[in-house]
Amino acid sequence: MTTAHESPAAEVRDLHIAFGSGRDGTDVVRGVSLALHRGRVLALVGESGSGKSLTSLAFMGLLPAGARVASGSVRVEGADTGEFTPRQWRAVRGTRIAMVFQDPASALNPAFTVGWQIAEPFRRRLGDSRARAREKAVALMETVGIPEPERRYHAHPHEFSGGMRQRAVVAMALALEPAVLLADEPTTALDVTVQAQILRLLAERQRAAGLAMLLVSHDLGVVARLAQEVAVVYAGRIVEQGDLDTVYAAPAHPYTRGLMDAVPEAAAGEPRLRSIAGHPPDPGRVPDGCAFHPRCAFATARCTTERPLLRTLADGRRAACHHAESVLAGTAPGGPYGGSDL
Amino acid sequence: MSVEARDGALLKVEGLHAGYVHRVGLARHRVPAVAGVDLAVPAARTVGVVGESGCGKTTLARAVVGLRAPFSGRVEFAGRDLGTVSRRERRRLARELQMVFQDPFTALNPRMTVAELIAEGWRIHRGTVAPADQAAETARLLGLVGLGSEHAERRPHELSGGQCQRVSIARALALGPRLIVCDEAVSALDVSVQAQILNLLADLQEELGVSYLFISHDLDVVRHLAHEVVVMYVGTVVESGPTDEVFRNPQHPYTRALLSAVPSLRDRPGLPSREIPLHGDVPSPATPPSGCRFRTRCRLATEHCARETPPLVPRPGVGHPVACHYADGAGTTAYPAGNGS
Repeated sequence: MTTAHESPAAEVRDLHIAFGSGRDGTDVVRGVSLALHRGRVLALVGESGSGKSLTSLAFMGLLPAGARVASGSVRVEGADTGEFTPRQWRAVRGTRIAMVFQDPASALNPAFTVGWQIAEPFRRRLGDSRARAREKAVALMETVGIPEPERRYHAHPHEFSGGMRQRAVVAMALALEPAVLLADEPTTALDVTVQAQILRLLAERQRAAGLAMLLVSHDLGVVARLAQEVAVVYAGRIVEQGDLDTVYAAPAHPYTRGLMDAVPEAAAGEPRLRSIAGHPPDPGRVPDGCAFHPRCAFATARCTTERPLLRTLADGRRAACHHAESVLAGTAPGGPYGGSDL
Repeated sequence: MSVEARDGALLKVEGLHAGYVHRVGLARHRVPAVAGVDLAVPAARTVGVVGESGCGKTTLARAVVGLRAPFSGRVEFAGRDLGTVSRRERRRLARELQMVFQDPFTALNPRMTVAELIAEGWRIHRGTVAPADQAAETARLLGLVGLGSEHAERRPHELSGGQCQRVSIARALALGPRLIVCDEAVSALDVSVQAQILNLLADLQEELGVSYLFISHDLDVVRHLAHEVVVMYVGTVVESGPTDEVFRNPQHPYTRALLSAVPSLRDRPGLPSREIPLHGDVPSPATPPSGCRFRTRCRLATEHCARETPPLVPRPGVGHPVACHYADGAGTTAYPAGNGS
């Protein structure tokens, strides 16, 4: 269970991220609050454009050009990063909070050996001698399951398979023993058997080091392998959050339910998948009221005008839906905005 | 037509070798990414091809539609050998043999509008749709793939990934195809959109009787959509058969490992894993292992596997073809189940 009394290793509060500035700015993340606790994995689930990747980048102070934190706060181990200078950010990245990126091919520099890149944080951040840094890097390569690390230390990224490259990227992220690990679609670029290996590695390292981990993923099966808690984002807001077991057993938000129904595994033998009609709104053109209402089978007139707040339900999870109880009970109010099965 | 009528296959691939040519100085080495593949796609059916990077599934797709000339073997479509037909006949057949690519953004010319993209095939294959009818036909196709007329004048960058993929499908449908080769056609899409496209493909099959050769790395998607499945490993087929049978009772050690690795909604951290781990890397198609190509990573492998290539044939006790000397239908006894790590 969430240890509410312990202060989170990292958190964002009422985070708004905007592209552009001033009146023309478009909020892409619109009030997300998340707390990452030691020894726990929180999964942030959503589709393209939902703002899940931006949220994870905000934890690192690495928002892409044009994007900025418009309001809200990002805290790493209690420190408000809002006032951080670039120098302060550099001191935190890698040592307190680190990231595993989606594409291992672009996360490694093709011009340097893999070993040299894994050893770099030891040389540059800890001031280790070359020999000492090399020793530590080889040990780390062993830890993340790179066979023959002594020999492979001298290999360049192109000589590694995709899975080995991602192991190297994980090694680089873990080098300085951060407290928080952000993994943004860490296995999306990998083959399924390699994905299984990397998920096993992440689970093992997370448990061994008691890491607070944020897993950003679109894949509900991948999430089920790693996370204890899940937060579902839609159009820049969290629509449902709770224990993975609770949410997966019976989603309380129609969007979560739609996502779970759309997974082919859930259709088991049925000729048609239950898809969600329409597509997510463009940022800047988010519908009034509940952002999901044009696609929702449960939507009523109230949903078109009044934005549902994220509220705690009887079973402890939180959902931002006026009709969450009906969704759980399976009694749809229907209504004039009923979505159709496309 | 006679051949087609006889065995019911719209597409037949026999002994296909295809790949790329690797130049070292003056020497040219043929690297067969596909090394001896047989498969058949019946009319109005879907055959899924699964496998991991480097298994040759994309080369197979490209060889089938003629984007890559085979080294050897036959591709027969609608009873005609595509390697020997006249150019004129090939062009006519091209209308009936269309392809949808993985990345809808790179597959669509960014300078053309949706209407132009859909009509492009009619410019190339004159007489398919009369110019006067093209606007109405475009509107019909847009409706068929779930887009509105408001999309007709947009360009690809103004559309979402799912919308672009709908345009790609409309483009393929514009020429009235009998077979659409889908190469990872839903892989770049979000799950809710992916479900829409999969339903769309199923609907189109029901309404128009179109067949699909559906290439994908996503086993759940193939399980859902395909009637039959072909499992590839380093250029060869290791197992094939009715989808349900292969998924319920996989016999090849590679198929088993592959299926066991698929994440499930029922997984939980800390729960014993069903995964049968694979060790080592996929061999290069340029230098494949002798005998069974999977033997370097297989727990069952013996001397015999290194000497003799197991043919893809039904084995005693197994209903469908498996290329493994040791597939015996029991499977679980011959191949140790997940070690529960």
